[in-house]
Amino acid sequence: MIEVQNIRKQYGDVVALENVSLSIQRGELFGLIGPDGAGKTSLMRILMSLLLPTGGTAAMNNLDVVKDYKKVRLITGYMPGRFSLYPDLTVEENLKFFATVFGTTIEENYHLIKDIYQQIEPFKTRRAGQLSGGMKQKLALSCALIHKPEILILDEPTTGVDAVSRKEFWEMLKRLKNIGITILVSTPYMDEATLCDRIALIQEGKIMSVATPVEMMHSFPEDLWTVSSRKIYNTSKILEIIPSLISVNSFGQVLHLVTAKGQHTTGSIREFLTKNGEHDITVESDKATIEDVFILLMQKHNQTV
Amino acid sequence: MINKEPVITVKNMVKKFGTFVANDNLNFEVYKGEIFGFIGANGAGKTTAIRILCGLSTPTSGEMNVAGYDIYHQTEKIKKNIGYMSQKFSLYEDLTIAENIRFFGGVYGMKITERKARTEEMLERLDLMAFKNRKIGDLPLGWKQKLAFSIAILHNPKIVFLDEPTGGVDPITRRQFWNLIYEAVQKGITVFVTTHYMDEAEYCDRVSIMSEGQIVALDTPENLKKQYNAINMDEVFLKIAR
Repeated sequence: MIEVQNIRKQYGDVVALENVSLSIQRGELFGLIGPDGAGKTSLMRILMSLLLPTGGTAAMNNLDVVKDYKKVRLITGYMPGRFSLYPDLTVEENLKFFATVFGTTIEENYHLIKDIYQQIEPFKTRRAGQLSGGMKQKLALSCALIHKPEILILDEPTTGVDAVSRKEFWEMLKRLKNIGITILVSTPYMDEATLCDRIALIQEGKIMSVATPVEMMHSFPEDLWTVSSRKIYNTSKILEIIPSLISVNSFGQVLHLVTAKGQHTTGSIREFLTKNGEHDITVESDKATIEDVFILLMQKHNQTV
Repeated sequence: MINKEPVITVKNMVKKFGTFVANDNLNFEVYKGEIFGFIGANGAGKTTAIRILCGLSTPTSGEMNVAGYDIYHQTEKIKKNIGYMSQKFSLYEDLTIAENIRFFGGVYGMKITERKARTEEMLERLDLMAFKNRKIGDLPLGWKQKLAFSIAILHNPKIVFLDEPTGGVDPITRRQFWNLIYEAVQKGITVFVTTHYMDEAEYCDRVSIMSEGQIVALDTPENLKKQYNAINMDEVFLKIAR
């Protein structure tokens, strides 16, 4: 269980976190979704007792992250964004080191890491610095788990990782959640949000929204249309002047057009495009993805600044 | 749009590190004015190939020509005719926007008058005129990446290599970044880009997919989706790489 109340973090004049409050349940897989510089790492470092907040309080399984920091460290596992194992130690030596620091052994908690560690065990005598990106990530997760933490904090574990390895990593997280570990994970990949129980969208130090991914997608307050055409770049330029426009963005080979609620139909959009010389187009009403929600909230936030 | 005039030709490219084969006999062409996507799992050999094409590393064997120059004997000419940016290295954090532009303009041997005119045009386009004396380190990542790209094409190169240019960037900026790419293409610049965002693979004219040092697929996104019976590039990639 993670309780965050009005956490604020300032570096000089720069406000990295502005009154952040969150409540994460025991055994929940919770995602912190936002771009670089949103404040994800600052929040995680505060929760790990590695950084003091400027204001506010936070507790991990009822232990205060400032007063009880030593106990907090015993019950949490942390995988920082940057690879932070010992590059000159072998795979096995790294794991042994982390086990020893926490007063345990690899054997005692092997069951926890088995699925993950087995994939890198053939390379256990290789130095950690010489592993590929995917293998480093698996070793880091093994090291974060070896002391049987109650809470796991993972800072962008899948950034820069290819689509296949990312899917495998999320399958591992699901299994860890199923054995009761509370997991807080951050990611800049919006498509990964749907794999979490609940998510918080964070931007410029502020939490914009907290909900389950499904709730978040269903609560999209405007109309969303999928538009496809031969030349979507041209089509998007034309749509930039459609009345009641909120945004038009490319999503792979199609455009997502967002217009104010109740102002358009597929017919009226098609008519607008035809009038402006666009032919061979399809327009369909569609449901918003997490990325659509994020873009809309960001847009609203930017307008109020 | 694409006239199939090759600006990059790669024949039997092999790169070995000791016994490890990073690039195992690559063959492909990149056409003038296209957006060429280069995707693949971590460790598939993408960065090794890009480094060779940029003249930063010598291949073990094979014939390669970039922007009309030979990869073995004319690397300095190649470097003058290409631009490069990556997520990791883009600009000097301790220099201001204006200083970075001056530095890179100088490195590429641009004439002062030309550099000044291009700088003006670029800062205007990015809406950054008011910030030209800000240090790069103080800018948000999204600005940095857009600026880094614009500086990478400041000298009007024939080809620009982009190595994961949008990693970690917010979804709005990511799309603005791709608009800059389209504008560059319209000026005739060829774009060679790697990405882990599969929706961005859809924005490319052609995509090559690497796995374990080899190119296992190369075609337009549309044809790849048909060939692998997939609804999007994400599915294509999963089917190929798994």
